[in-house]
Amino acid sequence: MFAAQFRREWLCVARARDEILNPLAFLFLGVLLFAMAFGGDDEALSAYAPGIVWVLVLLANLMSLEILFRRDFEDGTLEQFVLLARPPFVAVLAKVAVQWCVTGFAITALAPLAALMLSMPPEAVPMLMLCLLLGTPALSLLGAVGAALTVGVRKGGVLLALLVLPLYLPVLIFGVSATAAWAGGAAEWAQIYWLAGFTMLALTLSPFAVAAAVKISLEEC
Amino acid sequence: MFRNLNLDLPAGRCVVVRGPNGSGKSTLLRLAAGLYPDYEGGIEAADAFYLGQKPGISGLLSPRENLQWYRRAGLSAGGAGSPRAKRSVDEAMAAVGLEACSEIPCARLSQGQQRRAGLARALLSPLRLWLLDEPLTALDAQGRSLVGRFIEDHCAGGGAAMCASHQPLGAMDSAAIELGGGR
Repeated sequence: MFAAQFRREWLCVARARDEILNPLAFLFLGVLLFAMAFGGDDEALSAYAPGIVWVLVLLANLMSLEILFRRDFEDGTLEQFVLLARPPFVAVLAKVAVQWCVTGFAITALAPLAALMLSMPPEAVPMLMLCLLLGTPALSLLGAVGAALTVGVRKGGVLLALLVLPLYLPVLIFGVSATAAWAGGAAEWAQIYWLAGFTMLALTLSPFAVAAAVKISLEEC
Repeated sequence: MFRNLNLDLPAGRCVVVRGPNGSGKSTLLRLAAGLYPDYEGGIEAADAFYLGQKPGISGLLSPRENLQWYRRAGLSAGGAGSPRAKRSVDEAMAAVGLEACSEIPCARLSQGQQRRAGLARALLSPLRLWLLDEPLTALDAQGRSLVGRFIEDHCAGGGAAMCASHQPLGAMDSAAIELGGGR
């Protein structure tokens, strides 16, 4: 089930490449704008860099969530998904895994570039990447719940943001504080454990919530 | 929407649901498929193949890729004892006349071809109960007679079907239920 669903989602993403590029382009442009706005003040910029990176990551992730279920909802594949997916949470995991590959994972791979543009100290880059690698799966998994709930709502984008961004807060708080600590030269592991904990929690709970939310959304039509 | 509805659908039979727009034909089929839990009464239905008003075919993928997903996901989902899908993806595509465009993304195919791809899913499904919502929509004369033949074959092979349709479905019209006026 996982393999079949993963293969299908991967094909879909490969056909609609703008979906991969949009969040990444957004992240890149956002970083660029902040770097420009601070002018030449590298010290101030690097002080705010962890917060800037994480907020942009949150928003970039949110951008790609809206289409996670929408296309399938519109062409009726989501109905078939609900009828076929046994067990449903495995199929949901496959779907979210692909979404994470093209957002969270791609963002992690681009993080050194963002760090450079925001004049973060180079020693902090590996830890920034580790934090992103641990934190972004939680973003994708929690966001998928919101995406599944709002898929039946016309213009659900704003509602999705209202639903999902509060859930992202813990990841934002611990992500920023971990990144800032390492950028400041302190070896703080506690926040990183918290990030990993959130991801594990989201991994165990949210696939079930997504499966239930998809069913609820389909009742409306 | 409707009340006092009693329906017993044994193997080998096809029942056609008729009624004006808004009388609840689609809702009845979604109820039977288990996609709509908000009802009073009891439903004892086997796991069913459901073809909705939307074809359930992803526009980004070609018919072959769509059907491969359906077959693989359906096979791993098929419960113990369910007969495995009888046909391969190629056979199903040939049966609905889609061999020539099996590699073209479905978004570029016509409405009728997309419906045909949706129908091909029925041929891949190991499930014995078919729930078809307006299976004739957007199909040409040859396609319509094809649907009639598929349903006949399916029922002859021990399956059962429930179809919502405004158009006659050929020889299978014997049993029909009429749903009353609109909401």
